Amino acid sequence: MINSSSENVTKLNSINRRMFITGSLKFFIMIGLVSRLFFLQVKENKKYLTLSDKNRIREWKLAPIRGEFHDYFGNVIAGNFEAYQLHLIPEEIEDFRYVMYRLKDLLELSEKEFQKIVRKKNAIKPWETLIVADNLDWKKFSKVNNQLYDLNGVKPVISISRNYPYNENFTHIIGYVSQASEKDIELNDTIKKNFVPGLKVGKIGLEKSFEKKLIGTNDIERYEVNAYGRRINQLEFQKGERGKTLKLTIDTEVQKLANELLKDKSGSISVIDIYTGAVIAMHSSPSFDPNLFVFGINQDDWQIIRNNSMKPLINKTLQGNYSPGSTIKPIVALSALENGIIDTNFTVKCTGKSEMYGQTYHCWKKEGHGFVSLRNAMKQSCDTYFYEIARKLGVDKLSQTAEKFGLGKKVFGDLFEIEKSGLVPSTKWKKNTLGKGWLLGETMITGIGQGYIQTTPIQLCLMTAQIANGGYKIYPQIIANDKKNIIPKDKFTPLCKNSKNIKIIQDAMFGSTNEVMGTSYRSRIDDPKYRFAGKTGTAQVRKITEKDRELDLQTFEIPYEERDHALYIAFGPYINPRYALSILVEHGGNGSTTAAPMAKKLFKKIIDRHYLRQSMNSKKYMEI
Amino acid sequence: MYQHTRLTSNNYGLFQKFKNFDYVLFFCILLLGFISLIAMYSTDGGEVLFHTKSHFTKLIIFTLMMVLFSFINIKFWFLIGYFSYFVVIVLLIWTYLFGIKSSGSQRWIDLYFINLQPSELMKIFIILCLAKYFHRMKLEKINSIYTILTSLIVILLPMGLVIVQPDLGTSLLIAISGVAVLWFVGINHKYFIYTMIGFLLLLPFIISFLKPYQKLRVLTFLNPDRDPLGAGYQIIQSKIAVGSGGLFGKGFLKGTQSYLEFLPEKHTDFIFTLFSEEFGFIGSALLLLIYAVIIYRILAIGASSRSYFAKVFCYSFGSAIFVYITINMSMVLGLLPIVGSPLPIMSYGGSSMLATMIGFGIVMSAKVHSQQAIA
Repeated sequence: MINSSSENVTKLNSINRRMFITGSLKFFIMIGLVSRLFFLQVKENKKYLTLSDKNRIREWKLAPIRGEFHDYFGNVIAGNFEAYQLHLIPEEIEDFRYVMYRLKDLLELSEKEFQKIVRKKNAIKPWETLIVADNLDWKKFSKVNNQLYDLNGVKPVISISRNYPYNENFTHIIGYVSQASEKDIELNDTIKKNFVPGLKVGKIGLEKSFEKKLIGTNDIERYEVNAYGRRINQLEFQKGERGKTLKLTIDTEVQKLANELLKDKSGSISVIDIYTGAVIAMHSSPSFDPNLFVFGINQDDWQIIRNNSMKPLINKTLQGNYSPGSTIKPIVALSALENGIIDTNFTVKCTGKSEMYGQTYHCWKKEGHGFVSLRNAMKQSCDTYFYEIARKLGVDKLSQTAEKFGLGKKVFGDLFEIEKSGLVPSTKWKKNTLGKGWLLGETMITGIGQGYIQTTPIQLCLMTAQIANGGYKIYPQIIANDKKNIIPKDKFTPLCKNSKNIKIIQDAMFGSTNEVMGTSYRSRIDDPKYRFAGKTGTAQVRKITEKDRELDLQTFEIPYEERDHALYIAFGPYINPRYALSILVEHGGNGSTTAAPMAKKLFKKIIDRHYLRQSMNSKKYMEI
Repeated sequence: MYQHTRLTSNNYGLFQKFKNFDYVLFFCILLLGFISLIAMYSTDGGEVLFHTKSHFTKLIIFTLMMVLFSFINIKFWFLIGYFSYFVVIVLLIWTYLFGIKSSGSQRWIDLYFINLQPSELMKIFIILCLAKYFHRMKLEKINSIYTILTSLIVILLPMGLVIVQPDLGTSLLIAISGVAVLWFVGINHKYFIYTMIGFLLLLPFIISFLKPYQKLRVLTFLNPDRDPLGAGYQIIQSKIAVGSGGLFGKGFLKGTQSYLEFLPEKHTDFIFTLFSEEFGFIGSALLLLIYAVIIYRILAIGASSRSYFAKVFCYSFGSAIFVYITINMSMVLGLLPIVGSPLPIMSYGGSSMLATMIGFGIVMSAKVHSQQAIA
């Protein structure tokens, strides 16, 4: 028994020793666990708290409300309208197929559209919103509303979308919006920041240029979500800011008239205020309806626009590089006067053509104008006279004057990315780009606005305005309420040395329109209130051959593509001028018969509305 | 011989039994039960739903059972040591043959009123069995090959039956329970060291035998970020929940990780995560303290027990409980790969609680009958 009990003692000793070893081990492990807890919960707390919030809080951005475009008188020219849409949440619908087939019937969806919606449904989570229709007409919308009892889960929604009430009238100014593409998002940080599926952004025109101002900011909804992404409750609703409304200098009535005048024609009309530079109207024809693009244009409409030979997608006012034709003559004459090459008494004998350097230079009038002075040469647009003074002047001096008056560079700067800068040639330019020496003959044809020289209609308009205001520099502007727009310091700096010279040109242009034998005499207005002064232009599209001269065809006898472009520049009223315009009709044949009559109608309208415009100005101050 | 006479004269009256009852341990168990109910209430989203009700019922029944067990003489537990082991082995075989299949494993048997998981019971009864086996053994015999082989068979048999369910986690816990006994009875420490070295050497070999999902767990443990939404999801979300709790926690019923269902298995293996998120470091440390007191009491009861059997049982059971807690916590805190191991009492699950409460009952019985010698 002793033996046994001593053995028991050893056994107990052993167990107690081992107990002591494990006991201390336990103690240290316990400390380890507590320090791990401390590390996670106290030291790393911030990190995990952030991660936890990231888990549970999710933001939903809603499409921002886009700023509007107003004309000078406050008419909405690009606004927002309530689009009737149908939304549904797939998981809330018992029988998706049934509902979809019912909707297919009600909305008269084609099989293709139907499949598109089904694909869209498969791409989203069952609790996310599926937009079945984004822009229903009222008839279909009400039809669906009447059938709602049978369409469990379908939600009629009134959403806000872009609308252009004047359809094609303003397309080439404001452009249009459409669904943001990946490229849009990539290139513009503001779009990236505000992007939501279905967001529409400006694709061309001012809609694109002023995207940052127009887009506004998203409404943000913060929701607590569970592990499966389902919204549990709303934590916050952050109201977004509506996009800025942009007021344009455009007068809708004048713009509409410009549209009317160029209906079924290809061309451009621009009207600007010669002192403020405010663009009153700017149109390129043909145009197209921007509303077609808002919800994505369908193939048929797109093909119609694309295949139109008059190229509606091109903004001829800003993008079209044309030979100015005779409309350059006021600048040529002014340059000659400024450089002291000629005076008003200088005369040239026009015989209809002149031989020079082995080339024959024709005047438009075969029988010639006889002895012409500056005023007569302008009035009758005598080419021979201008060949002569251009020859004497030289292309470089001519180019200097032309550039001073705004030719050869973009009128709106960076405002329109599509704008072209035209071309004012010089000896240096030719040497650098073509690598050839300048020929004197080229100077001569530059003198009548042919050859290398190219201008856009808006440049011609600016040029005319600066002639009309007495030769002072102005900057055309199209946004009326752009506070950031700093007036450049050189605004109203004189563009010529002697203001008398400008007066001579103005007077010659007056003669051209208001006196017998003037090229646009038939388009004159006798009422001094509306009387204007202008200069016609006819730009050759191709070189006129000897054979053509013999044939001497009427415009309508020539194929459309080979007809000359008709141009007209003018300012009015003649006493105290205020507005300048330029008109271009592609393949219109002849400046005096096609373009000038439009000016008559335009001036009537513009001057009639002048007082209204002025009163808007004063009203603006009264509001303050 | 004097021992014997004193033992026989030791008659335990009911009053004496109540006097001997370990009230600290009992209070701690009740407190733990209460905390587990709070946690369960939170997993139900702040309502008394299925889990809370079921957990409450089990808690009441098993606690009463524990009290009842504590009044049963420790001799009785010694008596049924082998028998209970075999009963559970039979249950495990039964499970293997006729068990209920659920999510790819066959762990439960249908007892009409309860679905029992015999592998959980084995965690206790293997200790009982081995404690009895070594009780009367002479010291020199303990390290004989025969003894070691027998005890290894006793451990490996249920392990094998559990592994085939398949349930690697529980089989490891059973093994740990068994090995704890072997350690305390004084098997030469060389064997443990050799086994450990052997195990480490065989580790690559063992890994090749693991099921793909188990391998994934090991890989995920080594780098949770390799698949944050897949295999690493549980451990990452668990760490986020614990870490975001902070010092004082997010508040009762305000644990966003659990409430918004980011936490997996939140009422079973990951219950601590939920508790820790809502009650923070303070709460978690308190919970650990309660466990520490429970384990301390169990070990203290073992130390004061007169019989070798009771001593071995208490030490082994206390250590086993400690290991369960450590494994569970290490797992949810990202210190160990994910193995299915419940947190005693806290985790939802009847069999686990039943086993733990039986263990507590036996420990309590050892306390009440601490002067009882077993021949």
